[in-house]
Amino acid sequence: MDDAMNEGARETGQAPVPALAVDPLLDDPSVRIVVCCGSGGVGKTTTAAALGLRAAERGRRAVVLTIDPARRLAQSMGLTELDNVPRPVPGADRSAGGELFAMMLDMKRTFDEIVEAHSDPARARAILDNPFYQSLSAGFAGTQEYMAMEKLGQLAARDTWDLIVVDTPPSRSALDFLDAPQRLGSFLDGRFIRVLMGPAKAGGRAGRKVMSLGMAGLSLFTGTLGKVLGTALLRDVQTFVAAMDTMFGGFRARADATYRLLQAGGTAFLVVAAPERDALREAAYFVDRLKADRMPLAGLVLNRVGTSAASRLSAERALAAAEVLDAKNLASNGIVDHPAGDDASRSGRRSPEDHSPAAPGGSDAPAKTGDDASDRLAAALLRVHAERMRQLAREERTRARFTALHPEVPVVEVPALPGDVHDLAGLRAIGERLAGRGDQPTFA
Amino acid sequence: MSASGNPGIGPATRLHVVSGKGGTGKTTVAAALALALADEGRRTLLVEVEGRQGIAQLFETEALPYAERRIAIGPGGGEVFALAIDAEQALLDYLQMFYKLGGAGRALRRIGAIDFATTVAPGLRDVLLTGKVCEAVRRRGKDGADWAYDAVVLDAPPTGRVARFLGVNHEVAGLARVGPIHHQAQAVMRVLTSPETAVHLVTLLEEMPVQETADGVAELRAAELPVGAVVVNMVRAAERLDIPLPERDPGLAAALGRAGLRGATRLAGPLLAQGREYAQRLALERAQRAELAGLGRPVRELPLLGEGADLAGLYRLARRLREFDWAGGA
Ligand SMILES: Nc1ncnc2c1ncn2[C@@H]1O[C@H](COP(=O)(O)OP(=O)(O)OP(=O)(O)O)[C@@H](O)[C@H]1O
Ligand SMILES: Nc1ncnc2c1ncn2[C@@H]1O[C@H](COP(=O)(O)OP(=O)(O)OP(=O)(O)O)[C@@H](O)[C@H]1O
Ligand SMILES: [Mg+2]
Ligand SMILES: [Mg+2]
Repeated sequence: MDDAMNEGARETGQAPVPALAVDPLLDDPSVRIVVCCGSGGVGKTTTAAALGLRAAERGRRAVVLTIDPARRLAQSMGLTELDNVPRPVPGADRSAGGELFAMMLDMKRTFDEIVEAHSDPARARAILDNPFYQSLSAGFAGTQEYMAMEKLGQLAARDTWDLIVVDTPPSRSALDFLDAPQRLGSFLDGRFIRVLMGPAKAGGRAGRKVMSLGMAGLSLFTGTLGKVLGTALLRDVQTFVAAMDTMFGGFRARADATYRLLQAGGTAFLVVAAPERDALREAAYFVDRLKADRMPLAGLVLNRVGTSAASRLSAERALAAAEVLDAKNLASNGIVDHPAGDDASRSGRRSPEDHSPAAPGGSDAPAKTGDDASDRLAAALLRVHAERMRQLAREERTRARFTALHPEVPVVEVPALPGDVHDLAGLRAIGERLAGRGDQPTFA
Repeated sequence: MSASGNPGIGPATRLHVVSGKGGTGKTTVAAALALALADEGRRTLLVEVEGRQGIAQLFETEALPYAERRIAIGPGGGEVFALAIDAEQALLDYLQMFYKLGGAGRALRRIGAIDFATTVAPGLRDVLLTGKVCEAVRRRGKDGADWAYDAVVLDAPPTGRVARFLGVNHEVAGLARVGPIHHQAQAVMRVLTSPETAVHLVTLLEEMPVQETADGVAELRAAELPVGAVVVNMVRAAERLDIPLPERDPGLAAALGRAGLRGATRLAGPLLAQGREYAQRLALERAQRAELAGLGRPVRELPLLGEGADLAGLYRLARRLREFDWAGGA
């Protein structure tokens, strides 16, 4: 992709984008936490797992905290159950002296553990058994983000690992990872929930009035109260709130503490994006935000980038050449050797709805000569190439917009591999690309 | 296509809920469907609930207020209205409706109840949002005889959350056994589980979105929510490659040379490798198509638009969607 990058830089008249070097980052003993952020589906989990594996195989004692990994990827790392405990990954190469652990976040369990750690056993039971707690601990917006941060804090507090690689929850916006924990913490510690504890705490008659408004609001959620304040659910809520009393103030403080951990020197953020408009727009917001919050950004991982080993040959040239061959074919056979009735074939395209076999091997029309067969093959391959070059051009334009906003951000490109990434070999291949290695195709 | 062949897309389908994995094109497809359903003399309403102003961005208009306004004319000549439901406003409406507490907004905001209701507790938000959508579906026109909208299209939360989103009133109705909230929740569930509603799932021809679609169909069925069509978005036009792809072709470099290309010997290898990758992708796509076909729902494909889904592209998708039957019987 160097070619494409330089071409892009030349076109826009900008200095080349600095390259992100992940190996020095992974090898640096002062780096203790790497956080992979980005919008939904861009490859955060894959990148986090690949970095963890690479770090371990380069000698670090690493743990990867994954969130909702695809089933097959989880299995390939030996994660068969969601038990909220880091497990050693059997397939990781330990010859460099490192080791890889992996875990999947169980948010409900993490929430339960906080409750257990901060209340006496009787109170903890009361909270955990409370129906209101049960629905809310699984259903609150931001619970996953809060618990991911909480788990990170716990892992960092134990001195078992020298590198923690953190995946972030699938959310539309990468910013949720930073904002949601504090939002939830504020709510759990906040005034609203205190109002629910009763008029006494909210104070006097005014308090009672506000309280009844609060209940009205809450009752819409639970749907239980109707016009009457005083049902089983109201009791549940109040019991819950009372039992939580000892923990108030703690939630926000915990979220704040992990937030500070993220601002500390041992942390590096990687923003993951695909070369698509929305993903890069989110990435740009996120970069701004990290800067505003003085959080250390290591760089951008541009994942699933299209590549071509023949990128010197433009789409236009390829199509023109294909047409030359078509014309020769027509001349030598009298007809263009396309299946009858497929009128999309002249443009070399099929309509997407028409998905009858367009695959190789579909036609067995005997070639008149070896040359003819080679000509037809060449024409088809040139069309495939033209399509790929158009895709690359689209990606390049999208990407140039990000670069214009943040020319200083180091970037590493990871090519789109032909299939999904769901085993250690695949993760290793991604790791190589992240390090700027691997068989980078070049056509000189 | 007969209505009986498509239980989720019956003749009465008026609420089209569009869900799918994140980023697959839910907003785009919902908008295109609202355009497609706006035949001559008909009105459709396009609704968004995630507070992202996705509709305004797509139609290149300023941010939508919490009010229904006309944003486009469909390719068939009918009117498309749009509404961005704001959870906070919907909450205040609701309080007014059931508690005559519409004026209490400030007090509620001060104690954090509004924040709680609209950002922290998704359950309550969902009650408010689905309530508003169903109100629009059931609303009568001015003369009282016809519906205010012939069809309502909802740009819904992603597959992972949609069953819960649509099913939230079921829980509410179970918790609140009597009273106005109970009746409201029941009325909403009646609409959502009736043949009037169809939940369409948008997917791509890739492993993960297809898997998520299969899981989504199962989950919706378990929740007795009517599954509509599967919309495969961003389908790439397949280049012709209906010739045998050899491991190597000694004549290829010469053919490229005959086409007038320089450096043909160095091109042959990479082009052949690209061809193989391409064939591999086609094979993968075929497998995903088979998987989708096995779900037993009608499958509709939409092309990948080269320059992204701008307004012109949106109408192209709408015209494509008009070729399919969305209301049964047609
Ligand atoms: N470079 C790549 N080449 C090919 N496939 C890739 C690449 N990177 C990721 N994938 C695939 O893309 C899919 C999404 O990746 P992944 O699950 O890592 O994304 P994510 O950002 O964690 O998603 P979510 O936001 O849903 O958590 C997976 O199927 C993965 O195997
Ligand atoms: N058929 C298409 N061809 C090309 N681009 C498309 C197509 N459909 C959607 N897009 C583009 O894909 C991106 C995602 O689409 P859209 O916003 O509709 O998805 P979404 O599922 O609503 O996403 P989210 O989960 O973030 O709400 C947008 O940039 C859109 O322009
Ligand atoms: Mg993930
Ligand atoms: Mg959307």
